Amino acid sequence: MNKVPNRQAICDVLLESARGDKNIVVLCSDSRGSASMTPFFEAYPERSIEVGIAEQNLISISAGMAKCGKKPFAFSPASFLSTRSYEQAKIDVAYSNTNVKLIGISGGISYGALGMSHHSAQDIAVMSALPNMRVYLPSDRFQTAKLISALLEDTKPAYVRVGRNAVEDIYGEADCPFTMDKATVLSDGGDAAIIACGEMVRPALEAADQLRQHGIYATVLDMYCVKPLDSEAVIKAAEAAKLVVTVEEHAPFGGLGSMVSQVVGANCPRKVINMALPDSPVITGTSKEVFSYYGLDAEGIAKTIMENLGWQAM
Amino acid sequence: MSKLKAKAFALRQDVLDMIKHSGSGHIGGDFSVMDILVELYFQQMNVSPENRDDPNRDLFVLSKGHAVESYYAVLAAKGFFPVEEVVENFSVFGSPFIGHPNNKLPGIEMNSGSLGHGLPVCIGMALACRMDNRSNRIYTVMGDGELAEGSVWEAFMAGGHYHLANLCAVIDRNGLQISGTTEEVMAQENLAERIRAFHWNVINVADGNDIAELDAAFEAAKTVQDRPTCIIAHTVKGYAGGEIMEGKAAWHHKVPTDTEYEQISAELRRRKEAAENE
Ligand SMILES: Cc1ncc(C[n+]2csc(CCOP(=O)(O)OP(=O)(O)O)c2C)c(N)n1
Ligand SMILES: [Mg+2]
Repeated sequence: MNKVPNRQAICDVLLESARGDKNIVVLCSDSRGSASMTPFFEAYPERSIEVGIAEQNLISISAGMAKCGKKPFAFSPASFLSTRSYEQAKIDVAYSNTNVKLIGISGGISYGALGMSHHSAQDIAVMSALPNMRVYLPSDRFQTAKLISALLEDTKPAYVRVGRNAVEDIYGEADCPFTMDKATVLSDGGDAAIIACGEMVRPALEAADQLRQHGIYATVLDMYCVKPLDSEAVIKAAEAAKLVVTVEEHAPFGGLGSMVSQVVGANCPRKVINMALPDSPVITGTSKEVFSYYGLDAEGIAKTIMENLGWQAM
Repeated sequence: MSKLKAKAFALRQDVLDMIKHSGSGHIGGDFSVMDILVELYFQQMNVSPENRDDPNRDLFVLSKGHAVESYYAVLAAKGFFPVEEVVENFSVFGSPFIGHPNNKLPGIEMNSGSLGHGLPVCIGMALACRMDNRSNRIYTVMGDGELAEGSVWEAFMAGGHYHLANLCAVIDRNGLQISGTTEEVMAQENLAERIRAFHWNVINVADGNDIAELDAAFEAAKTVQDRPTCIIAHTVKGYAGGEIMEGKAAWHHKVPTDTEYEQISAELRRRKEAAENE
């Protein structure tokens, strides 16, 4: 079982890239430990900015630094980064078009029992609603590394969400197909299309395995690029399937499910089931307990698909 | 007073049990703020399970919501819910006792957890209660790292502007936050002068873990008629947890090992007995 959380993969890429690029700067808001960025602060103290517990300041300072030629990566828990500093993201980053990479750590319900103040179940919706903001939820450490390397190559705003805990690998060190802003097809099948992002890719993949044993074949898309959504891949997968299922660690409105539904509705109408967190504070528990309670695990996904294809549930 | 002191040590044991049982919690900030909460709930505020819906009850918001374990221990001691229930269920699946204050529970007015909300909300409460000529008082406790949030200073400005004498804010000035000392992370020196400049009455409490000193400060605050009061309580993070824990940033949310649990319990017992014999 992999022990390296995605946040650490980000630190590794930045440590490596910062050797050759002195414009890379990292900003934290009393969050360097939870961001796994302590090694960067130690290696490059002069390129590390601590702003204290001030997420609004974090983003505006990053924007100012970007305007003056730096490549800021701003790290804070996704909950605070996306909602506390939303206007700073809107005006100083998206609208002013500054090269700020916003990294939301401990995303989704990573903080478990800490409650709704610490959950980011709205970040996809709010960040996607900003013109000029891209939104990424990588699924494992290898894809995270590829994504960060790609983001280092451009000068546009982006929001990246990663979870707190290490997640099982989807890909391999030498086997991580990645094209920027293109979904990765993990499995092919004509019965259902499962489109997932972030930590939900793993259960989606496992659900497809379970379904195969019942003779049901599903396409699985790793839609790490929620915005710009890979519409082409969505249409292709939907056209080949009887049913589309989206799975995300997010509120039921304005996230991956909403976006996929728009594309499918406009291009190749099919039944679309959006699997997401509820429209309420989530039940107290660890990520695993909460996911299983709301059916956001392999069993829940497989069951939903079987029922909607008219099969008896397992 | 020595009874309250002893109570504050005993309640820290409840906190320790919650954290040990669940494997989570913010013990450093819990232990630094406990004496402030005990003074507020057992000496200052007229709140109890009986008057929880009385519009004239005093109002409290725990702005540094991560110290919820201490808050639960104090509310349980006030009779809002049984402490065993909290220790048993804190942070477990399906539990109402989550890791930050939640007003679905009796005794809790406002939800918190995201820092920098308590003081602004209390400005609103103080304005509303004054409009209705209520005689109650409004209290909040903030962390010192929390003071980096701009919203806190917007609220200081409003509190001074509206002369909210019914409002008393407490700063748990333990000098530490997650990443180190407040002075390294985002310096807060000249704190009293800064807040005074916003037209607040500021009282420094040299030993913010001393209930008698806290009591004197809260009493003095009540006599000020034309402005809100801010009590800067100079506390020790991890207070009464003994040498292993006191004044150490690493204990912000560390969960004690079995040996550490025993050490801390022994220290709490020792201090409680000493307080009882005072
Ligand atoms: C808006 C916001 N940003 C970040 C956090 C994460 N966080 C929780 S506690 C804490 C440190 C608090 O330090 P301080 O205010 O000094 O509290 P204390 O020392 O009393 O524990 C941080 C950064 C948060 N809860 N809310
Ligand atoms: Mg502090």
